[in-house]
Amino acid sequence: MAKVTFIEHSGEQHSVSANDGQTLMQVAIDNGVPGIDADCGGGCACGTCHVIVAEAWRGKLNPADENEEAMLSMSPEPQSGSRLSCQVEMSDDLDGLIVELPEFQM
Amino acid sequence: MNIMFKPSSADDILRPAKDIPLESMDVSDPRLLETNTWHEYFKRLRDEDPVHYLPDSPFGPFWSITRFEDIKFVDSNFKLFSSEPVIVIGDPDEEMSLEMFIAMDPPKHDVQRRAVQSVVAPKNLAEMEGLIRERVIKILDDLPIDETFNWVDRVSIELTTQMLATLFDFPFEERHKLTFWSDMATSSPEMTGGTTSKEERFAAMNECAAAFIKLWHEKAARREAGEPQGFDLITLLQTNEDTKDLIDRPLEFLGNIILLIVGGNDTTRNSISGGVLALNQFPQEYDKLRADTDLIPNMISEIIRWQTPLAHMRRVATEDVEVNGKTIKKGDKVVMWYLSGNRDERAIDNPDQFLVDRENARHHLSFGFGVHRCMGNRLAEMQLRILWEEIMQRFEKIEVVGDAQYVRSNFVKGYTELPVVLHAKA
Repeated sequence: MAKVTFIEHSGEQHSVSANDGQTLMQVAIDNGVPGIDADCGGGCACGTCHVIVAEAWRGKLNPADENEEAMLSMSPEPQSGSRLSCQVEMSDDLDGLIVELPEFQM
Repeated sequence: MNIMFKPSSADDILRPAKDIPLESMDVSDPRLLETNTWHEYFKRLRDEDPVHYLPDSPFGPFWSITRFEDIKFVDSNFKLFSSEPVIVIGDPDEEMSLEMFIAMDPPKHDVQRRAVQSVVAPKNLAEMEGLIRERVIKILDDLPIDETFNWVDRVSIELTTQMLATLFDFPFEERHKLTFWSDMATSSPEMTGGTTSKEERFAAMNECAAAFIKLWHEKAARREAGEPQGFDLITLLQTNEDTKDLIDRPLEFLGNIILLIVGGNDTTRNSISGGVLALNQFPQEYDKLRADTDLIPNMISEIIRWQTPLAHMRRVATEDVEVNGKTIKKGDKVVMWYLSGNRDERAIDNPDQFLVDRENARHHLSFGFGVHRCMGNRLAEMQLRILWEEIMQRFEKIEVVGDAQYVRSNFVKGYTELPVVLHAKA
C-alpha cells in the first residue's frame, strides 16, 4: 500500500491508497478523484488522464515511453512533469507520491 | 452533375446481411448508411469475421476492423498503421493533393497540429461560451412552434455554420459557403461513395482557397491598423511562429483550412440531429432527461457514441502485422469502422440502446484514439451541451413527425432531413 495525493486545479486535495501494480489512473478512478476522464480506459490512446508529477517524484517513476511522449505532445498545455496516469505503475516505493491535475483534460 | 455509385454486386437492392457470403460482404457500399441498414452487416462481421478482407470493391481491396479493441489497437499504433496519404477509404485525386495534418504521420503531423490545436483548447473555449450561447438562443427563439420543419436545415446546419464562421471570423453573411465547401470536400464518389463530381468539387475548393486567401490578407491588414487581436483561427495561425507563413504554402494552407471546416461541420451537425432522433426512438430516455437535466453532459457523450458522425478512418499497414489472428500485409488498406466499434457488445453493454445515464459514456470511439484523436472534442461537447441546456429550457418536446433521410456516403454518417414539430413548455 502506498499513499498518493492528487491535487485538483482548485487546490482541493485527495489522499488515497494505491495497491502495488495498479496504475495511477486506476487509483484515481477507483477512489472517485474528479478531473481524470480516462476516455480510452487506460490504453495510452486518448490523453485524458493527464497529471503533473511533483518535482521530487519525477525521477522515481517508470519513465514515459515513446507512445506516451507522442500523446503528451498533443496536450495544449504540456508541462514539465506531465504524465499520463494510465502509464504510471504504482509500487510501495512510491508511498507519499504527489501529483497535480491540470485545469483541463485535452 | 451527379455520378451514380456503382456497387460491387449487380443487385440494385441491398440484400439482407444474412444472405450474403462473408467473403463478398462489402461494407463500403454507401447505400448502407443512406438506407440505415448498416447494423446487421457490421454485426455479422463483428461476430463472424471481425478482421475481414474484401479483395475487390469500388475502392479497391481493403481490410475492415469492426471490434472496439481491435480498432483501438490500430488507431493507437501510428508506426504500424500510416495515415498517409488520406484517411478515407478511397484514394485521393492526383490533380488536387491537399496536405492536411490528419493525413500525415509524426513528426510532421505533430508540428502542424500543435500550431492550430490551441484554437480549440479548453482554455480558449471559455472565451467562446457566451457568444455560442447567444447564437443558440437566437436560433431557438426564431423557430416556429406547432409547425413541421426540417431540424437539419433550421438548427443543425445553421448552428454549426454560425459557429464555424465565429471560429474563423469569417464574414457572417457569407457563412453558408463554409457548409457548402465542407459538403463538397467530403462527397467525392471515388473517396467516400458520395455524389459530387470532380469538376464541382474542384470549383468549390478553388473558391474556398480564394476566399480564405482574401480573409487572411484582410485580417493581417486590420491587425496592422491596430484592431485588437481576436481568438479566431486565422489570427492564431498568423501569430504562431510555425504557421505565420502558411499562406505561402497553398496546398497546405487550403488542406488545413478544409480539415478544420470539415472537422467542425458534419460531425457536430449530425450529432445535433442524431440526439433529437435518439430521444424520439427512446422516449423513456427523454423522460429521464426531462426529470433531470443534470444528465445533459453525460447524454452528450452518449449522443456522440450513438450517432458516430464519422463512420470510418482509413490507414495503410507499414509492415506485416497480425490483428486478432489475421495477418495484414505491408501496404494493405485498413479501414477502422468506428460505427461498428461503438456498437460492439464486447466493449459496451446494450450498445444499440441509447441511454442518457449510461455508465462510462465517454468510453467511445467517435473521437478516435491515438495521435490523430479529434482535437475539437471539447468544443463539440460544449456546443452540444449549450444547445441542449437551452432546448430543455424552452421545449417540452421536439417531436420527430416523419422519416429521417440519410446522407449517401460511407464516411459521413448523417442526415439530410429530420421533420419535427416543437412543443413549447407549458
